[in-house]
Amino acid sequence: MNDLLVADSVSKNFGNFKALNDVSISVPKGSIFGLLGPNGAGKTTLIRIVNQITMPDTGRVLLDGELLKPEHIQNIGYLPEERGLYKSMKVGEQALYLAQLKGLSKNEAKERLKYWFDKLEIGDWWNKKIQELSKGQAQKIQFIVTVLHQPKLLIFDEPFSGFDPINANLIKDEILQLRDEGATVIFSTHRMESVEELCDHIALIHKSNKVLDGKLTDIKRQYKTNTFEVGLQTDTIEAVTNAIKDKFEVLPATFRNLNDDVKLNIKLNASDTSNDLLSFLTSKAEVHHFVEVIPSASDIFIQTVKNN
Amino acid sequence: MNHLPLIIKREYLTKVKNKSFIIMTFVSPLIMVALFAVVGYLSQLNNDKERTIAVLDETGVLSDIFKNTEHTTYTLLTSDTSLETAKELTKAKEDFGLLYIVKSNDTTSVLSGVQFFSDESPSIGIMNSLEEKIEKKLEDTKLINNGVDIEQIEASKTNITIAQETFTGEKTSKIDSYLKLAFGGAAGYLLFMFIIIYGNMIMRSVIEEKTSRIIEVIISSVKPIQLMMGKIIGTSLAGITQFAIWVVLGSVLMLVASAILGISLTEMQSPQQDMMNQAMQNPDIANEFQLGLQSFFNLPIANLVIAFLFFFIGGYLLYSSLYAAVGAAVDNETDTQQFMMPILMPLILAVYVGIFTVIEDPHGTVSTVFSFVPFTSPVVMLMRIPFGVPIWQQVLSFAILVCTFIFTVWFAAKIYRVGILMYGKKPSYKELYKWIKY
Repeated sequence: MNDLLVADSVSKNFGNFKALNDVSISVPKGSIFGLLGPNGAGKTTLIRIVNQITMPDTGRVLLDGELLKPEHIQNIGYLPEERGLYKSMKVGEQALYLAQLKGLSKNEAKERLKYWFDKLEIGDWWNKKIQELSKGQAQKIQFIVTVLHQPKLLIFDEPFSGFDPINANLIKDEILQLRDEGATVIFSTHRMESVEELCDHIALIHKSNKVLDGKLTDIKRQYKTNTFEVGLQTDTIEAVTNAIKDKFEVLPATFRNLNDDVKLNIKLNASDTSNDLLSFLTSKAEVHHFVEVIPSASDIFIQTVKNN
Repeated sequence: MNHLPLIIKREYLTKVKNKSFIIMTFVSPLIMVALFAVVGYLSQLNNDKERTIAVLDETGVLSDIFKNTEHTTYTLLTSDTSLETAKELTKAKEDFGLLYIVKSNDTTSVLSGVQFFSDESPSIGIMNSLEEKIEKKLEDTKLINNGVDIEQIEASKTNITIAQETFTGEKTSKIDSYLKLAFGGAAGYLLFMFIIIYGNMIMRSVIEEKTSRIIEVIISSVKPIQLMMGKIIGTSLAGITQFAIWVVLGSVLMLVASAILGISLTEMQSPQQDMMNQAMQNPDIANEFQLGLQSFFNLPIANLVIAFLFFFIGGYLLYSSLYAAVGAAVDNETDTQQFMMPILMPLILAVYVGIFTVIEDPHGTVSTVFSFVPFTSPVVMLMRIPFGVPIWQQVLSFAILVCTFIFTVWFAAKIYRVGILMYGKKPSYKELYKWIKY
């Protein structure tokens, strides 16, 4: 069993509204799993089902091979998108309370909190009230509370919102470290660059249905169009361009470069390899730039959503 | 995993440590006692004021009724002084006022010829006492003129107190009824106040969790019903703490205040004490007092205390779960109005039924029925119990209350569970109904 979390044909209705329609996902152990989708697609509903906040109408959810049950709450750390803390409660008291709700003993919680407060250098916040902290500072506390009980499964919904780039990086590194230490992470966000950076697997939910799912590299391979971005230097721009256009399907390219005379996106013919293209080009002009166009997560997201 | 104790502890501590809660707890009794002391002091001040009233009695027959008292001195002017002179004289001496009784031949016409002159308008009390004095004198004069012996009239005045006794031979009295009424009323009213104050507190704390957006974090660790029950119990304990402090602090402050103002307070009470003393000397009233004391001990005290605990807790939990549901359904306090009405209506109805029908007839149809209807039963039953309610009625009523309580908690938990995660719009009743079915 290599999947930590399996959702099997999960459906959920709210009145007449179908929030999830027969959605299945498998989250491999030790991976960072990107749960993507436009607003209102059903991501939050799925996450809430995993957290046992709502129950699915049909389908089942397995954690580590076991049907989800109340005791599993201790194995899950959840940072919701709509998050906050008791404003008038002191940081330390509050963190202890939330940790105890997750099943830690008071002493254990204290020890671990000390470790985290030292690590993020916020030890002197212990006796401050949340309302005295900035939004980013409160988010740090929230992050600590989410991971404190060392859950097997971490669910982050837009974890970087409210952080400045420095702190966002800090949190990103912490997430990666937690992954390296064995935690599995479900990561829901609209920021495609962080998906690109962090996720090993993704699933895309659109209008309550899962429309895409798999290893990010596999999906990219699947979505690539065998197109190469090319920059050439030549004195006879027109002749070279026409020669290429005769042989290949060509699109204009825009990329920043120093004085390239010809910039093109060239689609490989079905029978050719990239080497064939490259040798053809070298025979015509001086090649300065030759890169395979790999679709970004953002491209894939937009394309998939539009096609559905 | 049972997190209930943890949640109760947090709810209790946050409430109790809250600054405004602490201030309310300690300042309220202070204010109450201070208010009491100020009112006492002021009324005493008013009584202390000495005034002189000049009396110009042209008839000459009424003069002997104006006897000086502690605060009022009467100056009798000779009957040949003219009204103008009398007025000037009074003004010059800065007396409080001038009572003028015009000369007339027969007593009846005096009635229309009495006038009072003063700069400040006199209080109703002063006027009443003056009028009473004159009326009494004139009545007596008329009686004598008609040949009636006043002493005979005095002698024929009677005062009867009907002795009450139950068929089993227990002596009761009117005081008994008052006592029962006071106990029942106090218990019912206390519950009413408690529900309103601390129910609101629960509602606010639910709304706070929604607006601070912590709810989803908490809900991913505990079941909503646990959170709701924890909130209700924690807040109730805080409420009981506050009430207890109020009672203790209030009585201590009362003692201190009366010690400081000691002399003046006893002086204030002296008229009543005189009456009491008189009453004690009067064998009938003394008997009545004794009967009252006896009827206090005759009250079903054990029943009262136990029933109070059960109905108080039952009634409070019933209503507070509804308050929690309302808090969960809305985003902010201003939106609660629409849902508060259906909660407050039965509560207010209960108090009115208690006040109007239980007093009239504690075992009549209306009071009996309302002491079974679950939303009014805690208040009405508490008011009825001092008058003696059969145990089976109490048990049945409580059983109905518990069943309803279980139902409302289930109902409230449904709304709570859905409502705490709903933001943005104010739900309609139709939507609440849909939530219950989710």
